[in-house]
Amino acid sequence: MSRVIYLDHNATTPTDTRVVEAMGTYFNEQYANPSSIYKFAQEANEAKEIARDKVAQIIGAKPNEIVFTSGGTEADNFAIKGVAFANRNKGNHIITSKIEHPAVLNTCKWLEKQGFEITYIGVDKYGIVDLDELASTITDKTILITIMHANNEIGTIEPISEMTKIAKQKGVYFHTDAVQTVGKITTDVNELGVDLLSLSGHKFYGPKGIGAIYIRKGTKIDSFIHGGHHEYNRRAGTENMPGIVGLGKACEIAIKERETDEKRIKILRDRLYNGIAAAIPDIILNGHPKHRIAGTLNICVKYVEGESMLLNLDLEGIAASSGSACASGSLEPSHVLLAIGVAPELAHGSLRFSMGHNNTEADIDRVIEVLPPIVKKLRAMSPFGK
Amino acid sequence: MAYSDKVMDHFMHPRNVGKIENPDGVGKVGNPVCGDVMAIYIKVKDNIIVDIKFETFGCGAAIATSSMATELVKGKSIEEALKISNTVVAEKLDGLPANKLHCSLLAEQGIKAAIEDYKLRSPNVKAQSSKRE
Repeated sequence: MSRVIYLDHNATTPTDTRVVEAMGTYFNEQYANPSSIYKFAQEANEAKEIARDKVAQIIGAKPNEIVFTSGGTEADNFAIKGVAFANRNKGNHIITSKIEHPAVLNTCKWLEKQGFEITYIGVDKYGIVDLDELASTITDKTILITIMHANNEIGTIEPISEMTKIAKQKGVYFHTDAVQTVGKITTDVNELGVDLLSLSGHKFYGPKGIGAIYIRKGTKIDSFIHGGHHEYNRRAGTENMPGIVGLGKACEIAIKERETDEKRIKILRDRLYNGIAAAIPDIILNGHPKHRIAGTLNICVKYVEGESMLLNLDLEGIAASSGSACASGSLEPSHVLLAIGVAPELAHGSLRFSMGHNNTEADIDRVIEVLPPIVKKLRAMSPFGK
Repeated sequence: MAYSDKVMDHFMHPRNVGKIENPDGVGKVGNPVCGDVMAIYIKVKDNIIVDIKFETFGCGAAIATSSMATELVKGKSIEEALKISNTVVAEKLDGLPANKLHCSLLAEQGIKAAIEDYKLRSPNVKAQSSKRE
């Protein structure tokens, strides 16, 4: 396969070779079930606890507040359903935002069918959650607020610590989906003030199929998967040892390297935006100009549709994504772009480039070289074309 | 996005793109809110579509079906053109992914709308052609 210029790191990242190496042992050499009693199994158990320490470390938690899951989606389901059902006697109201990941939104929608009431609060034009609306929406029936740390489509970072202050005053649990931030920026559970947090390995060079939920000590939450005594009786099932070891290694690497990495990636991102903006008229930048994760660039290109741009980029060996309906297989364009007030016809013409580890200046310059003629060609074909 | 080679060919090298000056019929269909809009321009002589052009804002399937549909219609009589359905267009493109079939409706609707517009603009022609039917 020829080299792909991969600019879709918010979807997934390549697993770091050091992570792959660390995992390798745990398939057919050290394959013991860590729950077993003999020494061979206890070695596996130790490796699992070392990994747990590293996960705890990257978010400033205690190891016994970390439960391994199959990924970010499971962690979100666990946090929201677990708190909802455990605190039913207190109330049935949950607050979330309009720009959450489907793992949160669709979990909330399912809970609505189970008799819970969900409020979906709005965001400003940059995607920042309205704090006044948040405060005024809380009632004595509110049991949980779940707001993402950073948005996967536009990269906007939410002021979580300000929101958790409001939640704490009212005695409401706070969960954050930090799938897009853990391993990229500082995500300290105490600085953020959250009770629950979701993270996912494959978004920061760990393996797919592994994630974790942080549950602050004392948080009332139901077990998620019922079975054996794994994970403090909270999430049953024989542990995914290669995944857990891989996640631990990814955390260890990120703790050391994320800062320099993010600085470099931000330069690439800004180079890409400046290059595109100089060459293509009528584009709009989505997301917060400052409070945005380094690797995310989301733009709307007027008068053209997103999938047709992606197809052309793909033919040039460039992998990116779009918030258009056609690119996602749904009939509606991105709910995030609509929530920040982008007109539907513009949302169909959105492009997201998410940069990472392996990208170089040459990658960026290649996009700046090929995108303008693609847009020009499609605009010439468009009835709105300029 | 598993498109056939035919779809990709028509998407990358669309036939009959553009506008016709002083067209005999124009069909504008679709909705920008839904992510696809198409304009079809036709020139008709002696009941035959002698020229056809399109402009499309839409995904790969929308552009490829626009291109294929205009190719199928060019040189055909009004009656023959009206018989070309979206399934025919999709077949000629060696199929479309299931979730993209609705995109091919746009081309059919666009051509029908352009012919409708042509008939409205030339009532005599309409009378003649319906007499023949």
